[in-house]
Amino acid sequence: MNFTINVWRQSGPEAKGRIETYPVSGISDHMSFLEMIDVLNEQLINQDIEPVVFDHDCREGICGSCSMFINGEAHGPGRSITTCQLHMREFKDGETITIEPFRAKAFPIIKDLMVDRSSLDRIIQSGGFVSVNTAGKQPDANAIPIEKADADAAFDAATCIGCGACVATCKNASAMLFVGAKVSQFALLPQGKIEAEDRVLNMVNQMDLEGFGNCTNTGACEVECPKGISLETIARMNREFLSASLSSK
Amino acid sequence: MAATRGLFGSSLARKYWMALTGLFLSSFLIIHLIGNMPILFGDQEAFNLYAAFMTSFPPIKAVSYLLYGSILLHAIDGIFLMRQNKVARPEAYVSYNGKANATWASRNMGLLGIFTLLFLIIHMRSFWYEMHFGHVPTMDIEGAQVKDLYTMTIEAFHQLWYVILYVVCMIMLGFHLSHGMSSAFQTLGLNHPKYTPAIEKAGRYFAWIMALGFAIIPAYVYLQHLTA
Repeated sequence: MNFTINVWRQSGPEAKGRIETYPVSGISDHMSFLEMIDVLNEQLINQDIEPVVFDHDCREGICGSCSMFINGEAHGPGRSITTCQLHMREFKDGETITIEPFRAKAFPIIKDLMVDRSSLDRIIQSGGFVSVNTAGKQPDANAIPIEKADADAAFDAATCIGCGACVATCKNASAMLFVGAKVSQFALLPQGKIEAEDRVLNMVNQMDLEGFGNCTNTGACEVECPKGISLETIARMNREFLSASLSSK
Repeated sequence: MAATRGLFGSSLARKYWMALTGLFLSSFLIIHLIGNMPILFGDQEAFNLYAAFMTSFPPIKAVSYLLYGSILLHAIDGIFLMRQNKVARPEAYVSYNGKANATWASRNMGLLGIFTLLFLIIHMRSFWYEMHFGHVPTMDIEGAQVKDLYTMTIEAFHQLWYVILYVVCMIMLGFHLSHGMSSAFQTLGLNHPKYTPAIEKAGRYFAWIMALGFAIIPAYVYLQHLTA
């Protein structure tokens, strides 16, 4: 398969970026999107052009590194997948594909397609944890009874890999699906109840400080999330924040 | 102690205020539409008595100030949110496929809201202002002099451009509410797999019943004028 690739090139955080067009040939329909970029970069190196910088790590859909905005969608067309799980057979031979970095004030571009998503880490640091001692003798996993439905919902929320697709796809660059998931994974469990109020207040506060946008409930994040995190998590965060704001000391 | 901007400064707080004022304004639409029904039946007395009641009964007057406040808060908060959201993405995407994952209305709430606000200014200048501060001729209803808002309304809707403006703005309002109603529930944290599908459906029905109901009045008055 052959493609025409329109890709965002930006030499540094402060530099002005632009779209460059490169042809890429000899692509197998079994290749993942990242493998296609590997081939493109080989071809660019052979032409003495600097290869395209992009983030990637596990290449099996669990690390959330491969932040790319492909043909106007986070992680490209296809649902519940990351870019590394997107295959070239999803595109037509000869198609022009536009690749951009995730764009948000809170995700400054480092170079080309690579962005700095440490704003999400700082949100976690502000409250996305439980203060339990994990050193020494481990408590029995079933010592605290938890209803199956709640355990499942908490686990579903915890499958968020922090990839930032929700932010990238949101027309407002809002991180509420991420924060909603990270609040929900603890809010549903007894272990998370102790710090629940401070957690939601601090995480929302940090989210605001990082310069993310607000939620318009378009639902785009839920559609583009590679892990299928639901809008229910945002509603839970809204509930938790409302009650914490009213009752926190 | 959590660092927090609580119920006033935070992003979520701004959303709560949008949702609460939006729901309150929507509840007024129901009263307003029912009150306007006499126009469709050509009942001049009933409409004028309703208008007089709405502008003089003290509890309603008190609620009306809450309503004006809600309009202002909803509009100002909305404009602030729009600005905040614009700043959150300083450089726009070259290619952005918005329709792949969200409805048109949900992506254009700000624009639809601005149109609704402009409509509201025109609408209130035409009728609310005239009723309160203008010179509306009076009519005699069982010995009492009552402002004849009915005749003023009918005459206003004899102008084609004015009727078109109303119908177009009501379609905008329909789109605004079709997303806004269920969105308000989500914002207030009311999302449950059992009820949310019903809330979304009811929200859309509400939106289009209101839009259609309000659009029919000027259209009907105009068509009646044409055929008269």
